[in-house]
Amino acid sequence: MSQGIPKRASGAAMAAAAVTQNIYKGANNKALVGGIMFRLLLLSALGIAMIAILAVIAWALVEGAARVNVGLFVNNPSSFRPEEAGYRPAILGTVQLIAGVILLIVPLGVGAATYLELFADRTRWYNRLIELNIQNLAGVPSIVFGILGLAFIVRGVFDLGFVVAAGSATIAILVLPTVILASREAIRAVPSSLLDGAMALGATRLQAVRKMVLPSAAPGMLTGVILAVARAIGEAAPLLLVGAATFVTFDPNFWQDGYSALPVMIYNYAGRPQEEFHTLAAAGVLVMLVVLFFINSIAVWLRARYERTW
Amino acid sequence: MENNNKVAGNEVFSLSNMSVHYGESLAVDGVNLPIYENEITAMIGPSGCGKSTVLRSLNRMNDLIPGAKVGGQVLYHGQDMYGPEVDPVQVRKLIGMVFQKPNPFPKSIYDNVAFGPQTLGMKGDMDEIVEGALKKAALWDDVKDRLKDNAFGMSGGQQQRLCIARAIAVKPDVILMDEPCSALDPISTFKIEDLMMELKKDYTIVIVTHNMQQAARVADRTAFFTVDTERGEGSRVGQLVEFDETSKIFSNPADSRTLDYVTGKFG
Repeated sequence: MSQGIPKRASGAAMAAAAVTQNIYKGANNKALVGGIMFRLLLLSALGIAMIAILAVIAWALVEGAARVNVGLFVNNPSSFRPEEAGYRPAILGTVQLIAGVILLIVPLGVGAATYLELFADRTRWYNRLIELNIQNLAGVPSIVFGILGLAFIVRGVFDLGFVVAAGSATIAILVLPTVILASREAIRAVPSSLLDGAMALGATRLQAVRKMVLPSAAPGMLTGVILAVARAIGEAAPLLLVGAATFVTFDPNFWQDGYSALPVMIYNYAGRPQEEFHTLAAAGVLVMLVVLFFINSIAVWLRARYERTW
Repeated sequence: MENNNKVAGNEVFSLSNMSVHYGESLAVDGVNLPIYENEITAMIGPSGCGKSTVLRSLNRMNDLIPGAKVGGQVLYHGQDMYGPEVDPVQVRKLIGMVFQKPNPFPKSIYDNVAFGPQTLGMKGDMDEIVEGALKKAALWDDVKDRLKDNAFGMSGGQQQRLCIARAIAVKPDVILMDEPCSALDPISTFKIEDLMMELKKDYTIVIVTHNMQQAARVADRTAFFTVDTERGEGSRVGQLVEFDETSKIFSNPADSRTLDYVTGKFG
């Protein structure tokens, strides 16, 4: 009897050991090696992307940092004195251009997204067609929008001429699908219980949307607008078609002919044979990178600031 | 069904042969149900039996679901609630709703309660309206010192009582509650139940609940719904099996399906 107990106990201990023998590290080295390899693969993918970005920044810094001075911002361009030439009309052109873009995309983007997300009857074929088209438009090359702007805004229906306003309208159409998609995401992230709650109190749909859904979606929409603006700043191709000149030596006026924009100006300087102009182009790139970094930071900050778990 | 011991008040709602379709599919059919003034009427039954659907059609919240269509007749104080001249927005002002998951607005406690009266352009001192609603919802003492705090900082039970206060603030006639305690702990649940007993003096309350004990505790009358099994494979159509005083439903129901459900044999 007294012998039986330890015997049985050791049997149980052996059974337990059989169960637990594989819980220790190193029991499955094959999986471990596989895991490391996979992680390396992911890291190298990230690395390649990072190297590309860092290379651009490094190049712009090495080439252009020394050229960044007050003159770069306030001087007019010059075709024969690169050391004194600046981006003044291009910077002013971009600022006006973007102001126009913002004025157009905020009401249009928010309006379209609100309609599609909260008012459109999705069983209707035309609403589905609109939806599909917007998604496709987000992937259309920007030069196509340039041709559209040239045909319908600069000439044709609106006949604005080669003015900043026409550039703004063209770029606005270009980035509008992005704004609409981002705004729809933002609206969709607002739980429907808010809309239901407001409507159960006797609010009309319009009241519930205006007072409850849109304010809650506003930070997300703003993030979309900011990212669209970041893209708009960098666009050069459609602007070339709708009249942004590569070389302008006077300040632009929103409704007047003749303007330039930062990326267009950089394109002009970079195409010149003299080394000094290349430095100037690099300095311009540096300025654009800083501006874009700043804008994207605002978007990230906004997202973090207003992020909400419902 | 006839020998009610309780004296029935006025019929606030009278449903006759009422049905609800979602698009092509029939969700609930043939509902005949009176709901009496200043009582708590509970709707119980297994999932998918259409009790929430019936509840949501009592203040036309079902209108918000594309394809939802109500058939038969729903009378509200004798008026056809689905008549062509009826404005669903006006209906919802009179018939408030509290949802399954507390859904406070992302605003301060004060603004949550004031939202309805402000949106509807109600006259009177807003501070008084808010205070009155919060007192009625037994929340005033908890929150009077932090009215400007965000409502999301409250506990789940407090949030749900805020939603009740919000509904009371627009001075409704009826309050519909769609499983109001299913996301709450037992203590919060008891507080809400206490509150309901208090509120039925002034309002007519209809509550959908999965919790049979809750129905037994609070409801004057109980309606038992189930899925109609005689409609063949694949169809899930809800039906009203039995409606009676709560005590009768739980102790001596007329239908064997009700008995099976309330004794826990099924569901």
